[in-house]
Amino acid sequence: MKKINLLVAVSALSTMAFLYLPLMAVAFFSVNDSKYGLEWKGFTLDWYVKLFQNDLILQAASNTLVLALVSTFVSTILGTILAIGMDRFPWPGKMNTALDLVMHLPVIIPDIIFAAAMVVAFGFLRTLTSVFDPGLLNMIIAHITFQTAFVALVVRSRLAGIGKEIEEAARDLYAGTIYMLMKVTLPLLAPGIIAGAMLAFTLSLDDFVISFFTAGPDSITLPLYIYAAVRRVVTPQIHALSTLVLMVTVILVICMERITRKVNKKQKRL
Amino acid sequence: MKGLSLKGINKTFGKVHAVRDVSKDIHSGEFFTLLGPSGCGKTTLLRMIAGLELQDSGRIILDGEDITGLPAIKRHINTVFQNYALFPHLNIFDNVAFGLRSRKVPGAEVNQRVKDTLEMLELGEMTKRFPHQLSGGQSQRVALARALVNEPKVLLLDEPMSALDAKLRAQVQIELRRLQQKLGQTFILVTHDQDEALIVSDRIAVMKDGQIIQYGTPAEVYDFPKNRFVAEFLGSANLIDGNYKDGLFHTAIGIFELEKPPAWEKGVIAIRPEWIRISDTKPLKNGLRATVTEIIYRGTNLDISLVPGPVRLRTSTYSRIKIGDELWLDLAPKEIAVLNE
Repeated sequence: MKKINLLVAVSALSTMAFLYLPLMAVAFFSVNDSKYGLEWKGFTLDWYVKLFQNDLILQAASNTLVLALVSTFVSTILGTILAIGMDRFPWPGKMNTALDLVMHLPVIIPDIIFAAAMVVAFGFLRTLTSVFDPGLLNMIIAHITFQTAFVALVVRSRLAGIGKEIEEAARDLYAGTIYMLMKVTLPLLAPGIIAGAMLAFTLSLDDFVISFFTAGPDSITLPLYIYAAVRRVVTPQIHALSTLVLMVTVILVICMERITRKVNKKQKRL
Repeated sequence: MKGLSLKGINKTFGKVHAVRDVSKDIHSGEFFTLLGPSGCGKTTLLRMIAGLELQDSGRIILDGEDITGLPAIKRHINTVFQNYALFPHLNIFDNVAFGLRSRKVPGAEVNQRVKDTLEMLELGEMTKRFPHQLSGGQSQRVALARALVNEPKVLLLDEPMSALDAKLRAQVQIELRRLQQKLGQTFILVTHDQDEALIVSDRIAVMKDGQIIQYGTPAEVYDFPKNRFVAEFLGSANLIDGNYKDGLFHTAIGIFELEKPPAWEKGVIAIRPEWIRISDTKPLKNGLRATVTEIIYRGTNLDISLVPGPVRLRTSTYSRIKIGDELWLDLAPKEIAVLNE
């Protein structure tokens, strides 16, 4: 037994190392006072300082944030409405299955296929108006299309957890649809909506493939910038930038986890 | 008419005919119970009265007003749900105030009415607590308060005791009965628990397969069950088949006299275990000589099985009885219920 336990522990640790060593190396080189090479030349935050003096990077960061914020805002609203509509409207059985499938598609379709489809769709729309030239608007629309499905899935699982009896109780106590939504459904859904929004935000922040296919010359985001920069040469600046993006993502994921856990604890008897 | 009238209510779910042509008048101020096994349509009927389910046909009249087409939010009827369905994000005060606030009752009146109702149900100390901090009995009373604060014309209770343990349940049943008598409001209870139905109700409707098969006061339904189902569902009964001829009921275990001649020639009688008396000497009428085969000790009484039959009886004078004893049983004619269906 002991031997097996040791084996399990060692393999778990090596898996962790396999996963996290490259990331730690990036973080390590981002504070290494050497422009090239793998040698440790002392601690510095110069690369981080330089990041904030680089107009291209600042522009990319602002694009990334605008894209993530706008698309998350819209997709959270759409996803929540979609989830409520799917779960609470008395769809006939077959329609329900079909809707379910449609909702899961954006989640399981490979990004590259989704991105190519976006290119085709925007190509068609471009023949009607030049608004759909590659650029931030296209990216926002493309991000919303895939984020909405993720938000809807998260919100829907929360809806299923709440159950219908609570809403029946509200109706039995004279609550009209709007009053019920504002006082009962949405407050109970809030943790699901927040978790969904954070997931959507993280996805948008990290997205490369879909952004790559829909971006225009003025709408470079951080992942696109990193990709372009790395093709030339990997500089410590890129390491610093990657580390920052990574940290933001990790913080978001931890917050999401925290919120979900806290609420689940509080509403255990729900 | 004051009260609730159901007229020809039907409801199907796909191929299942959940409620079949139910018509019943429930008087104002009455404690009315729908009693039946699970799947008999009692909860569906309750949900249609609440307006949470729409019947396929039939009408619902409340105090002379046709409410058939009104949604739940327009019906002056409130419900205590089976799992209480308290709002987990609201404290007890806000839970109870919910119905008043959604009807835009002025704040001062809301405060007063909620306070009065919580005090009536001995929940005055709990106003700031949240549902997940309450015990089962407290949750049940909050659910009751949340419905009663609206002064509904009819209060619906969907198996409100099923989540409570047996001892608490017995206590809550009596409290519920007292509360209803004090308020004089119409209560409609759905339950599958026959003891509960007998304890709390003014009238019981026994349901099976979507129909009301017997209706009456607890004593009427218990003492004069109409058929095998009612006799066995409410309490237990010795059901004895036989033929009625020449003024006597002929059965496999003996020939018995009945109080009144039945409407049939071949049929069933029911004798409740506690209606049978043990006699030292041969009774003048309807005596049965039987041997004890099993004795179950229940504290306040004994449940005894005997042959021929087997016949089950319940007695509280048991000091001398043991297995193998031969006894005279007195099946008095007035203690025999004739089943008419």
